[in-house]
Amino acid sequence: MRRTASLCKISSGRSAVPLLAVSANLNYRFRDLLALEPLTADEITFILDQAKPFQQIQRNPLKKLATLRGKTVVLAFFENSTRTRLSFGTAASRLGADTMNLQAEASSLKKGETLLDTANNLNAMKPDCFVMRHSSSGAADFVARHLEIPVVNAGDGTHEHPSQGLLDALTIRDRKGGLNGLNVTILGDIAHSRVARSNIHLLGKFGCRFTLCGPAMWVPRELEHIGPPGTPIRCVYRVEEALDHADVIIVLRVQTERLYEPSLSQNDYILLYQLNSERMRLAKPDALILHPGPINRGIEITPDVADGPRSAVLEQVTNGVSVRMAILYLLMTGASEGTHPAFESKSEASPKESAHASD
Amino acid sequence: MRLIEKQQLMSAAEIDRTLQRLAHQIVEKSDGTRHLALIGIRRRGVPLAQRIARAMRGIDGVEVPVGTLDITLYRDDLSKVAPQAVLQSSHIAFPVDSLDLVLVDDVLYTGRTIRAAMNGLFDLGRPKRVSLCVLIDRGHREMPIEAQYVGRTIQTSTTEIIEVRLQEIDNEERVVLVDRVDS
Repeated sequence: MRRTASLCKISSGRSAVPLLAVSANLNYRFRDLLALEPLTADEITFILDQAKPFQQIQRNPLKKLATLRGKTVVLAFFENSTRTRLSFGTAASRLGADTMNLQAEASSLKKGETLLDTANNLNAMKPDCFVMRHSSSGAADFVARHLEIPVVNAGDGTHEHPSQGLLDALTIRDRKGGLNGLNVTILGDIAHSRVARSNIHLLGKFGCRFTLCGPAMWVPRELEHIGPPGTPIRCVYRVEEALDHADVIIVLRVQTERLYEPSLSQNDYILLYQLNSERMRLAKPDALILHPGPINRGIEITPDVADGPRSAVLEQVTNGVSVRMAILYLLMTGASEGTHPAFESKSEASPKESAHASD
Repeated sequence: MRLIEKQQLMSAAEIDRTLQRLAHQIVEKSDGTRHLALIGIRRRGVPLAQRIARAMRGIDGVEVPVGTLDITLYRDDLSKVAPQAVLQSSHIAFPVDSLDLVLVDDVLYTGRTIRAAMNGLFDLGRPKRVSLCVLIDRGHREMPIEAQYVGRTIQTSTTEIIEVRLQEIDNEERVVLVDRVDS
């Protein structure tokens, strides 16, 4: 086995205990970002803190850095995506890196190439980081076991979407002043949602309480046990019950192809579960509304709520670029294992840092 | 290898007097403080810039804006440093266009930090003029960079380290010369 660190419980091949040796970063143990589930609250806080300087960069007149100049990021989207791919692409280019794009429709996957062959071929072009989305849960972990370079999971099946979980957390933290102990309601098709899973894994580490709400077929009771041990998760089937006491309401995109007669028609979903201004009266006056996008206006949420003052959907998009810049920065800088910090005797920035390790 | 303290270079009183002098020099050279702003380089340039601004208030009665700059993203050794360099935030709450900016740092050594800081500044706009103020210039430049305002110039060898310890960060106030010795 070529690699030692694992982030993902789906695989059995990689060791469950991550080793410090694979990362040059003492604050983040892993070479990859495959899931939020194995991260500690401190590691998540560290990543969110590292996104803060990048939030400032988005406000600069000149947003382009040279930090990752000469490095290449693969954006391998085996499943369609617009926002996440553009967001990672923008993040890479603002850090000065180049990108190699693979999109499902145009790829040789259509010609029958296996995932591993595609990954190995892209890797043979010597990129420095591999960002991938795939419709199969565990796909990113599988690729990570075969590549030497960092792999970032940009969504795998119904497993996780870690960068979305991080950007949601950053948005919540900015608006609410913290993450601890919030009442979080997630509305929609929870069973199929990797966004919901990443949100629960992340926010659960900060003692948040969850209410999952939607049609019974999308909110199975088993979901009550997916969070960190002891995380209070309740499944409810009336939206009115779900909005009471909510600090944060995460509205998921409804896949319209999953709404059909006779199980549940689109009109029934709208009638029973749509987040509209009347229902929002039941929530706290300062309840924050998130949506991972793209929004089906008039289906899971009404336009006045999606565009209202309590909605943070566009902040989520801006924060997405900052969080992804932080992820790429963390995974793509720092010397590899065994390199002596030669800078100590060279630059004036470092000796004082090392001389005052308590800072 | 261990570090030994060889010599105290400046006491608290000497640091204070030097900063007062630097504040006067900057005000004199800049023809007043009207278009002036100070940018402290993280970390120890920040309290130094704040103290110089305070001293300027005593000279001119004017509040000189102070910004802070973290240069990590602009370093040229990011792929060589392990453990990885942790990012801090910059805070420059004023438009830098058309201002006379004075970068403030504790020690000027290779010049690489200043090169990085200037790259960071120019991402924020087009300042009219940029000058550099340091408490200590210890030589050994690797870049064509010089400071306009220098507290003290000290001859050093490359094995030596100059540690500027400031109340705000280190809970003590002095400048010491430290050397690395094989043990």
